[in-house]
Amino acid sequence: MMELFIPAILTIITAATPLLFAALGELVTEKSGVLNLGIEGMMVIGAITGFVTVHLTGSATLAILASLLAGAIMSSIFAVLVLKLHASQVPTGLALTIFGIGLSALIGQSMIGVAYQGLPVISIPVLSSIPVLGELLFKHDILVFMSIVMVGAVMWFLYRTRYGLILRAVGDSHEAAHAMGYPVIKIRFLATLFGGAMSGVGGAYLSLAYSPLWVEQMTAGRGWIALALVVFATWRPGRVLLGAYLFGGITILQLHAQALGIGVPSQVMSMLPYLATIIVLVIISSDRSRIKLNSPASLGKSFHPSR
Amino acid sequence: MNSTSTYLLELQGMRKAFPGVLATDNVDLKIKPGEVHALLGENGAGKSTLVKMIYGILKADAGSIYFNGKPVEINSPAQARELGIAMVFQHFSLFDSLSVVENISLGMDHACSMDELANQITELSNRYGLPLDPQRHVYTLSVGERQRIEIIRCLLQKPKLLVMDEPTSVLTPQEVDKLFITLKRLAEEGLAILYISHKLNEIKALCRNATVLRHGKKIDTVEVDEESTQTLAAMMMGRELKEFKHPRKSEPGEIRLSVNDPHIPAADKTGISLQILNLTVRAGEVVGISGVAGNGQDELLAALNGEKRSSRADSIIIEGRAVGRMGPNERRLSGLASVPEKRLGHGAVPDMDLVENAFLTSFTRLRLIRYGLIDREKTVEFAKKIIRNFSVKTPGSDVPASSLSGGNLQKFIIGRELMQNPEILIVSQPTWGVDAGAALTIRQELRELAAEGAAVLVISQDLDELLEISDRIGAICGGRLSRFYPTSSITTEQVGMLMAGVCLEEGMPHVA
Repeated sequence: MMELFIPAILTIITAATPLLFAALGELVTEKSGVLNLGIEGMMVIGAITGFVTVHLTGSATLAILASLLAGAIMSSIFAVLVLKLHASQVPTGLALTIFGIGLSALIGQSMIGVAYQGLPVISIPVLSSIPVLGELLFKHDILVFMSIVMVGAVMWFLYRTRYGLILRAVGDSHEAAHAMGYPVIKIRFLATLFGGAMSGVGGAYLSLAYSPLWVEQMTAGRGWIALALVVFATWRPGRVLLGAYLFGGITILQLHAQALGIGVPSQVMSMLPYLATIIVLVIISSDRSRIKLNSPASLGKSFHPSR
Repeated sequence: MNSTSTYLLELQGMRKAFPGVLATDNVDLKIKPGEVHALLGENGAGKSTLVKMIYGILKADAGSIYFNGKPVEINSPAQARELGIAMVFQHFSLFDSLSVVENISLGMDHACSMDELANQITELSNRYGLPLDPQRHVYTLSVGERQRIEIIRCLLQKPKLLVMDEPTSVLTPQEVDKLFITLKRLAEEGLAILYISHKLNEIKALCRNATVLRHGKKIDTVEVDEESTQTLAAMMMGRELKEFKHPRKSEPGEIRLSVNDPHIPAADKTGISLQILNLTVRAGEVVGISGVAGNGQDELLAALNGEKRSSRADSIIIEGRAVGRMGPNERRLSGLASVPEKRLGHGAVPDMDLVENAFLTSFTRLRLIRYGLIDREKTVEFAKKIIRNFSVKTPGSDVPASSLSGGNLQKFIIGRELMQNPEILIVSQPTWGVDAGAALTIRQELRELAAEGAAVLVISQDLDELLEISDRIGAICGGRLSRFYPTSSITTEQVGMLMAGVCLEEGMPHVA
């Protein structure tokens, strides 16, 4: 039983990690009042950048850093268009996704069929030798550990630091924040960059660890699930963690069910995570007041300072 | 420049132009420590622009600012605060989803621990009679409480000059009295207060000097005690304000609108559910509903005009028809017209032109649809008629609604409803943000509509206005309507009690 159970849990963790990175990044971006629908595009660029870098240099660390940077650069394009030039956020974000998918396919042409052995696994001494638990909790690649650390870091930043408070304030009412003299555009720019960097790392996890190879459009809609996760979590980092693992679980469950040969067409099974996203979103959104009280009130609205 | 040394703040030749308008032109202003100085002017006179320059939100095109006799340049609110200038905004700069202490912390330039700040807030609020719980979330607070946050936030910075932009527009008369006591005490302690308002009686009650602005220019600085409200009004408007004429009908006629507890639950936690609503409006009378903002005014309007439907048809009766379950168009056809508080986005579609906006509420009653298509010719004619009859200042009928000033758009919207000769008219905040001349016209029109036999219901936060135009007056508080009393037999204080949800029957001899 354990021989089956542990690998299943481990695969859930690997399926959840990219979602967790991207959704945490988007949460911070949205908390500042910016809706970036380009997660999918930033993730896929992160994935190809990481894969190319590791192929050229052989260094996983460099690959992760390169993905982080690539995601940030992608989001900075979005940020300039939306924050400086006041382009509408929704179409600009969608365009970023389409751009990212196209660009990554172009870069990745020569990478198809190239193999990589995957990120090295770090075993925490002593703790990792605990039976079962050690295997589940203390024996992962660096990014899995990082993703959990980031949940705590984002929580601490948003709710315990002054800059976090300012960021939430900017997302709640940019006019009021501006009137108080806070640099709305700058704060939103930084929050958007953070979101891009995290999406980039999320993408890198796909091509370096989850399935270490390059396939066109390998993000396969995970960017959209990450976007939905933020709403699912009603903009709270702890619930993003919960949601990411829940959706990771559904993804893996679906794969195992297919492997066991349950008599449902595989296409229907593959739809499951996306279907679940829609159902959960409908349930969450039916409670309007909860959405209203937790969501950043100026989300998606363009800000024109009157100076 | 010896004279500047006794003044805390001195402005010389302040000028600010926006594309197409000169908002302030060569304005001077001087304030001494401990002085309550009024900045008086109609909407659009340049008051807000001037104080925004003082607070560093706007950059002056020309002019110099002296603070404590020294020339200063104020480029940001942070710099203004550093000098000792604090500002309470007309529209509060508050963050709904954050707590009181978090909000105040954001207004502080120097970070300090939340617990320490909470203690300071409690202490200040006790000292100046401004009760406030630091841990509550702003969305749960009333407008009066929200204003207290702003005031305490300012006081925590130990300012030398406090700028207040129309602070009483959202308060009950009792809250206004309390605020004035606090402000006078602060002035006695040496704080200079720049008090912006267009309400003359408040300025008479509170201020020592007044600087009057008109069309961006300084008219004069006067000692308030030496002036009457009439002379101040004349300075503010550049002409004498005509007396309001009351064309009252002798006896109200048959019941046109009756409301019997439609029971509409709140849309969400921040909304108000309408609980006890009993009301009749007769032909020929104007009924006024007072109340502090956010007590169910928007919900009441939506319940009456059909945006929110009731589950019982007979909970709302228009001209003898039970319309509780009907939508806005059916109610409009039965004779009910309404003007919401929010002009852009509720009363009018901002990006549509005036012709299209005229069409949107009138097409059923005026039959502007022919063979399923818009009768363009008739609609244009109708829009032009509104513009003419209500002297709406606009370059034409084909400009978007958002390009009109607030007052002009309000004239257009009210005109649009009045021109349809409704049997019942419901208006929310008819003269909010409208200059005094236009306000007078609008009030006059409402009375005339009633005199012609219509039933008029006015929902307003401006108590003076309601006392002036209504035959009967009541209040809405927490989604409940009070009883209604003849305006001639009720005092301002009593209406204030109604607004606070107090029942007058206990303790008040009711004069019939």
